[in-house]
Amino acid sequence: MEDNILLQLNNISVIYSDVIQVLKGVSLVVRKKQIVSLLGSNGAGKTTTLKAISGLLKPENGKVTEGNIVYEGHGIHNSSPEQITRLGIIQVMEGRQPFKLLTVEENLRVGTATRWGKPYKKDLELVYHYFQPLVARKHRLAGFCSGGELQMLVMGRALMAQPKLLLLDEPSLGLAPFLVREIFEIVKRINEEQATTIMLVEQNANMALQIAHYGYVMENGKIMMEDEANRLRENPDVKEFYLGTASSGALKSYKDVKAYKRRKRWL
Amino acid sequence: MEFFFQLLIQGLSVGFLYALAALGFVMIFKSSSVLNFAHGDLLAMGAFFFLVFSLWWKLPIPIAFLMTLVGSFAMGFIIERLFLRPLIGESLILVIMLTVGLASMFKGLMLFIFGGNLFAYPEFLPQNLSIQLGNILIPPVYMATFIISILFLLLFGLFFKYSSQGIYMRSVADNQSAALSLGVHVRRVFALSWAIAALVCAMSGIILGIISGVNVHSISIIGLKVFPVVILGGLESIGGAIIGGIIIGLLETFTGGYISTSLREVVPYIVLVLILLVKPYGLFGLVEIERV
Repeated sequence: MEDNILLQLNNISVIYSDVIQVLKGVSLVVRKKQIVSLLGSNGAGKTTTLKAISGLLKPENGKVTEGNIVYEGHGIHNSSPEQITRLGIIQVMEGRQPFKLLTVEENLRVGTATRWGKPYKKDLELVYHYFQPLVARKHRLAGFCSGGELQMLVMGRALMAQPKLLLLDEPSLGLAPFLVREIFEIVKRINEEQATTIMLVEQNANMALQIAHYGYVMENGKIMMEDEANRLRENPDVKEFYLGTASSGALKSYKDVKAYKRRKRWL
Repeated sequence: MEFFFQLLIQGLSVGFLYALAALGFVMIFKSSSVLNFAHGDLLAMGAFFFLVFSLWWKLPIPIAFLMTLVGSFAMGFIIERLFLRPLIGESLILVIMLTVGLASMFKGLMLFIFGGNLFAYPEFLPQNLSIQLGNILIPPVYMATFIISILFLLLFGLFFKYSSQGIYMRSVADNQSAALSLGVHVRRVFALSWAIAALVCAMSGIILGIISGVNVHSISIIGLKVFPVVILGGLESIGGAIIGGIIIGLLETFTGGYISTSLREVVPYIVLVLILLVKPYGLFGLVEIERV
């Protein structure tokens, strides 16, 4: 095994409530200090893959039934979220889930749960350094913050835990384009400056592939394609179905019908 | 006027006592959404712990008091471990029914060991604890109630507001799965909330024991009083529990003093019904924060 591999999923299957199979043999590799992007349409199993890694499947009655997840040489597919977070894997869940009745700073302090009792002042400063807008909101209840502030808050909260592997689930969801750009900029800076490995699940393939080093495309609980991010960006299928930049307005030919079938396979 | 102030003092001290008892109830509800019907029996257990340590074993009062604190804290942990942890993930109604079962079990256990007699603690409150305000004398019992209740309410208020563990507990109450994703030890939070609840219950149990003697039935019935208190204050709010406790305490004593002592016991429940009709979230309860 290579030295620079941080996380490896080997052919994992995930079944919810003993009947619903969501992942059907997913294998992927996350290398240290990289941003790995996981793309795919709704229901492809991206979120489930993240939850399988972070252990958050269990409370939802999901189970890794086959395969294994190896993190820094240890199998973690049977561990509880409490153990996994203490190994340095922190997931930022989809849809920004702040603690609404806690202030912004209290929200950030919850991020210290994996190392209770240790000093956290430096980490607070770091979070405020990356997410400037939070400084002015420190003492406001999170429930009254805007969507952009909340996205910064939940990412900052995860950063407080000093993660080695940060799992980001759709950070761009429901944000204005300029905010999306800002958030991705920060993700990239965190990756470069803190040497945090990041796994990024996104619908916004364009943005994701701009900052990622490597990408996987998922469909129907399987990995359909994987490549370096810049090569993935040039791939005609990805271009057409995810980036929406294929030549439009050109005359439709029989090729397009074939492409439609291909598209059916994709979506 | 003098009568009024006497009632005021008495009402306030009863109110703080209710607030303290309700604090434990709110804690459990906040962290795990469980309505604890065994609350009154936790009060009685605490009172009997102190009885055993102070009267039977004849330990010095401060030590008996400390041991009651430790003992009830441990008891809360054990209750959570033995009875509630296996039910994590089951539907809430199961857990609530379990607490009804626990209530009967504890009551049976106490009746088995102590019988239904009325016990009294040895006289230990110093007489000079009483305060003379003009014509009004505040007896030592009330002073002790004020001191203990305010001390513990303040202590736990600060604990929840500023300590890391307190913030983790509030985060679990707020959004359990998000707390889990950040590595908050949710099961530990549940255990801790039961332990703290049992501890404050024991405090209020001891005070009740000092005021009116220790008897299984008369103390555990007070557990029912926390329902009007927390419904009035709002189920999730510690501040609400304090305000609710004081309001119910004052209402009770004034009704007893001015109208009729037999009406006294009914007033809290009339308030309960009215509040549920008019303001079902209580004075300080949560109406979801909804951004528009």
